[in-house]
Amino acid sequence: MKKILILAFVSMFISVAFSQESAIPKVIIKTLDGKNFNTSEIANDGKPIILSFWAIWCKPCQKELDAFMEHYEEWQAETGVKIYAVSIDDSRSTARVAPLAKGKGWDFDILLDANGDFKRAMNVNMIPHTFLLDGKGNVVSQHTSYFEGAEFELYEKVKKLAGKK
Amino acid sequence: MKKNLFFLIFILSFGTLNAQDFINNSTVNGSFQVDAQFYRPDAVIGITDSSIAGRKLGINGYGNIIYTLGNFKAGMRYEAMLTPIAGFDPRQEGNGFPYLWASYSSDFVDVTVGNFYEQFGNGLIFRTYEEWTLGYDNSMNGMRVVLNPAKGISLKGIYGSQRYYWQKFERNNRGIVRGLDAEMNLNEVVKGMESSPVLITVGASAVSKYQRDADPVYNLPENVGSFAGRLNIGAGNFNLMTEYAHKINDPAAMNNFIYKEGHAMLSSLSYSRSGIGVVLQLKRVDNMGFKSDRSVSGNALDINFLPPINRTHAYSLTGKYPYATQPNGEMGLQFQLNYKIPKGTLLGGKYGTGIAVNFSQVNDIMRTAVNDTTKIGQEGTLGYTSDFFKVSDHIFFRDLNFEVDKRFSNKLKGTFQYMNLLYDIATIEGHAGDPVVEANLFVVDFTYRLTTRKAIRTELQGLWTKQDEGDWAAVMVEYTIAPKWFFALADQYNYGNPDKDHRNHYYTVSAGFTREASRVALTFGRQAEGVVCVGGVCRQVPASSGLTLTLTTNF
Repeated sequence: MKKILILAFVSMFISVAFSQESAIPKVIIKTLDGKNFNTSEIANDGKPIILSFWAIWCKPCQKELDAFMEHYEEWQAETGVKIYAVSIDDSRSTARVAPLAKGKGWDFDILLDANGDFKRAMNVNMIPHTFLLDGKGNVVSQHTSYFEGAEFELYEKVKKLAGKK
Repeated sequence: MKKNLFFLIFILSFGTLNAQDFINNSTVNGSFQVDAQFYRPDAVIGITDSSIAGRKLGINGYGNIIYTLGNFKAGMRYEAMLTPIAGFDPRQEGNGFPYLWASYSSDFVDVTVGNFYEQFGNGLIFRTYEEWTLGYDNSMNGMRVVLNPAKGISLKGIYGSQRYYWQKFERNNRGIVRGLDAEMNLNEVVKGMESSPVLITVGASAVSKYQRDADPVYNLPENVGSFAGRLNIGAGNFNLMTEYAHKINDPAAMNNFIYKEGHAMLSSLSYSRSGIGVVLQLKRVDNMGFKSDRSVSGNALDINFLPPINRTHAYSLTGKYPYATQPNGEMGLQFQLNYKIPKGTLLGGKYGTGIAVNFSQVNDIMRTAVNDTTKIGQEGTLGYTSDFFKVSDHIFFRDLNFEVDKRFSNKLKGTFQYMNLLYDIATIEGHAGDPVVEANLFVVDFTYRLTTRKAIRTELQGLWTKQDEGDWAAVMVEYTIAPKWFFALADQYNYGNPDKDHRNHYYTVSAGFTREASRVALTFGRQAEGVVCVGGVCRQVPASSGLTLTLTTNF
């Protein structure tokens, strides 16, 4: 029975043909002030979106977001890109997310994915995991891990997507 | 079996759509990960051929797939742990599909059948989640319905059994969990509050566990109810959150079969605006362990989640002594300040300086005997009484740490961290009789950018203590070529171990390659015994020596 089921499942995938791009799945997570937020509403008037998964306990994630913040004004002026930083901190540290993010001067749209529902829907296994989305929410590229200087390559892609290059 | 039928029905129902619809409307995404370790004997750290016992290779393999067609979704996770890598519970050895689900969602209703993860409020009475890379998964197997009858109102209902390694649910082999949750955002519901600057969200939940009483001695409650209420108020830069949970008597292996009721409280008050953030958190837990099998006491079948409130440290030595919530009773507080000294000031310099101060302390609760003839916590009694506001002077954990983030130039930046720790190792790790660890730690982390893409990062850490394994030093050098390559050398040296024969080096050499969301990393060397914590879950990792390969990809 199980085998038939799996076969049916797998054959379905084959007929579907793997697609590189997918629109943002609908998951209900929270904003910093405790309201529900539907992730399919992540949008930027047709301009590029950077979606970055991070957590308070993840040092490279914070380094990546710090690096984004250093260039954010300039990037926004040039391409109109918008950054969403999704914290996957659970209830042990959700209360510390807003003070840390604001205290670091981050000016991103910050969302709380306390039980990992959005993380699972986006197939994020390890963080930092950063997606570049086009204006329709399709994944254009994605990257896991952060090394010093990786923000420049990402920004090249943002520019290309915004038609600035 | 029933679950499989559901699936088949769903799949067959697609027959009504033509192939073109499939191609146009379907999406598939997923991820794969393999963690493999090849172990070798290493007499210096006590690993011999007989302790490896022929299991030279441990492999954990995972695959996640999610299929979406409009409002319909189905997904699965395959796991193969044959044999699991070191540090995993031996009961995790096995292979199969522990996570298999289908869901339909519209604006009004969202139904999931099969396995699911869910959290009510902060999880004080219900949370199922996974950290499968660490071997934790308490997923529900059953059904979930979420209703959104009006804007700002959300109702959830869940029921099912929980995952217990690879053991299938059978009648009475473990409990059944049922629950309801309601949440309302008053600004969206109450007329006249739409434009109020004060945002108020209220929520309430109830969870009940059923498990048959087959105890020959005690008359145990077969239905254990728990209730929680929560409130979140946001006003400008301030945010107040509080949740209180109550559970009826639930004698179990965790609490030595006492008939006392349980409760938990978690509150936080924060202030944050650009450049500054402050938060104070308070917590009290009293007899609040809640599992869907009263005979289980390990890290499995948890119905609720009692969050530890202390900083989760990110460096190897600062994370060496992590705190874990004591579900039978604790009272704690945490304070954190984040401040960015602006650019162009004396201390801020050209780039600004980030400062973080964090303090947390957790004590035992005060317990009083119920009468003269009953010992505190005596099995089969009411256990004890405890005054809500009284704290015991027994400290489980205390952590005071300071961190400074500073950019010195376009090329050089650094992080400096000091930490003072008090850690009751006897209580937290169960090392009965061991003295409380008092330690000082220091971390210096420099990143130097050679070119726009190439950088060198160095990490120096020291841990000084007279207890446990004594003093440690750690050094790490990493060379990165963004965004693809890394190479690292690291050594942890237990130079102050009171036993001279155990003053070991734990060295590793590692390299990795990342392309888009695919990553391959290889590590060769020795892993020190300790606790590895990621995302709120910690597990004890034995000392090991050998080669580790991690391969992950996402599409």
